Amino acid sequence: MVTTVISKSLPSDTAIIQTQGLSIRFGRQIVLHQIDLSIPRGQTVAIIGESGCGKTMLLKSLVGLLPATEGTVRFDGCDLKSLSEAELTKLRRRFGFVFQNAALFDSMSIQQNIAFPLDQHGVPPGATAQTLIEQRLMEVGLPTSVLSKRPSQLSGGMRKRVGLARALILQPELLLYDEPTTGLDPIMSDVINELILRSQRRYSVTSIVVTHDMHSARKIADRVIMLYPYSRLLPGESQVLFDGPPEGLEESKDRRVRQFVRGEAGERLMELLSSSNVSHVDETPRLHDTIARREAE
Amino acid sequence: MGTTRKTGRDSLAGRMSDGFGKVANAWGSVVIQGINTLGDISLFSCRMLMWMVSSRPRSGTLMPNFYAVGVLSLPVVALTGTFIGMVLALQSYHQFKTMGLESKLGAVITMSLVRELGPVLAATMLAGRVGSAMAAVIGTMRVTEQIDALVAMGANPIHYLVVPRFLACVLLIPALTIMADFMGIVGGYFFSVIVFGIDHAQYLKNSRDFVGGFDFFTGIFKSVFFGAIIAIVSCYRGFHCQAGAEGVGRAATSAFVESFVMILAFDIVLNMFLDGVHSTFWPTSGSKLL
Repeated sequence: MVTTVISKSLPSDTAIIQTQGLSIRFGRQIVLHQIDLSIPRGQTVAIIGESGCGKTMLLKSLVGLLPATEGTVRFDGCDLKSLSEAELTKLRRRFGFVFQNAALFDSMSIQQNIAFPLDQHGVPPGATAQTLIEQRLMEVGLPTSVLSKRPSQLSGGMRKRVGLARALILQPELLLYDEPTTGLDPIMSDVINELILRSQRRYSVTSIVVTHDMHSARKIADRVIMLYPYSRLLPGESQVLFDGPPEGLEESKDRRVRQFVRGEAGERLMELLSSSNVSHVDETPRLHDTIARREAE
Repeated sequence: MGTTRKTGRDSLAGRMSDGFGKVANAWGSVVIQGINTLGDISLFSCRMLMWMVSSRPRSGTLMPNFYAVGVLSLPVVALTGTFIGMVLALQSYHQFKTMGLESKLGAVITMSLVRELGPVLAATMLAGRVGSAMAAVIGTMRVTEQIDALVAMGANPIHYLVVPRFLACVLLIPALTIMADFMGIVGGYFFSVIVFGIDHAQYLKNSRDFVGGFDFFTGIFKSVFFGAIIAIVSCYRGFHCQAGAEGVGRAATSAFVESFVMILAFDIVLNMFLDGVHSTFWPTSGSKLL
């Protein structure tokens, strides 16, 4: 069912991140099953798929935030499972993670939030650090006046941009974005898309973006990977329904891919209704009668 | 007829067996869950202790926690300590008077406060004021992915969040206990001497004669364990917080309830241990009050 695999054919030594047989389970619930991916340096990959298919789990497992139940994740050839906590901490200097709701620390100012990775990796506070902080802030289009504010004083779009500035502060080799445009207006969504593209061009960073936003995926990604919930797969099917360039999404032979890209519910609504055993008897008239009776009393 | 009766008996036996099975199943789950949690808390404590000895806490994480645990808890501990001392005097006076022992009130109040009520009261206040807040703050950080963000940026959340809170609780609870003891003694003295008119000199003499250094040590020693319990249980509950506002609320409530239960359970064990120590080193000295 996997449509095209443009990047899997690339030699493995150019891959910054690779997974082999990656599976994640919580008790009996299988979230990810036998995922094989290879992402070359400098590529921007969008991971799409419906809610609950394991996109965020995949993203978190790529940087060791969520340990794999089975299989391996290699960053630059290094198996994350074989690393000690200290080695993993050192390796994380090379990652940047932009969380869905920015995950800024409430107890700190914006200045302290952006400076946190510097401080954590031994860059002392001083003129160099300050210049770096202000530079990153300007790159994401925020004035230096926000530095003294608290995250709660900023809008959603501003918080996401601060999150991006924080993720970029150490000039990572790999940037991971978890739904960066969710909850933003169309203009701000496009601003974030532009910032992702700019960061990619400026720092030649490899980016993995989890998104539902097809406009965003088409605009920023060199490659799109579509995941499907394991529980709804047919026997023997791969969880990766599509792996290829964004232009190939519309021409995919898989109906589920086309449906997702076009945002068509299709038979999904009926599936959901039948799985939840919804009674087809409309109770609204009886409800209205009850309310009218109560009001009359 | 016989068949019917047999079937009825069978079904009754079947129902009883089913019911017993369900009860056994439920209790089994509770026991397994309890053992799991205990194991989890032990591992959590070991990781925390390992981080505490292997790496210095980050600058800027200690002072806010010391301030929240020590300075901000001081007024409420002092106030409740005073009231406990007064209530103790009020409750004990009439009973002691009927036995003609009201002159010994100073010794009873001071002894109760320094050995038992001071440390338990300070720990209860700390669990309610600071423990629940710790669980809620860490729980919110878990729910809003701030803990994941810490890890992603190369910080260890146990080192960054738990170690400073643990140190603040363990190092400052003795000071809070001393404050609770002192204010309780002041409250008890006020009620006994000023309100009930017990002789001032006798009250102080009895307090001095009957309460020794080991009694003070008992209270302070126990308080250190109580502080450790509050920090570990509250941080553990925060780390294992379920999603949503209800999850955070439940974590905060569990943190207080479980800390409190564990404080009382440890209180018994520590008292038995300390009594054993006392009778080993001072075998001839029994309770001076008798």
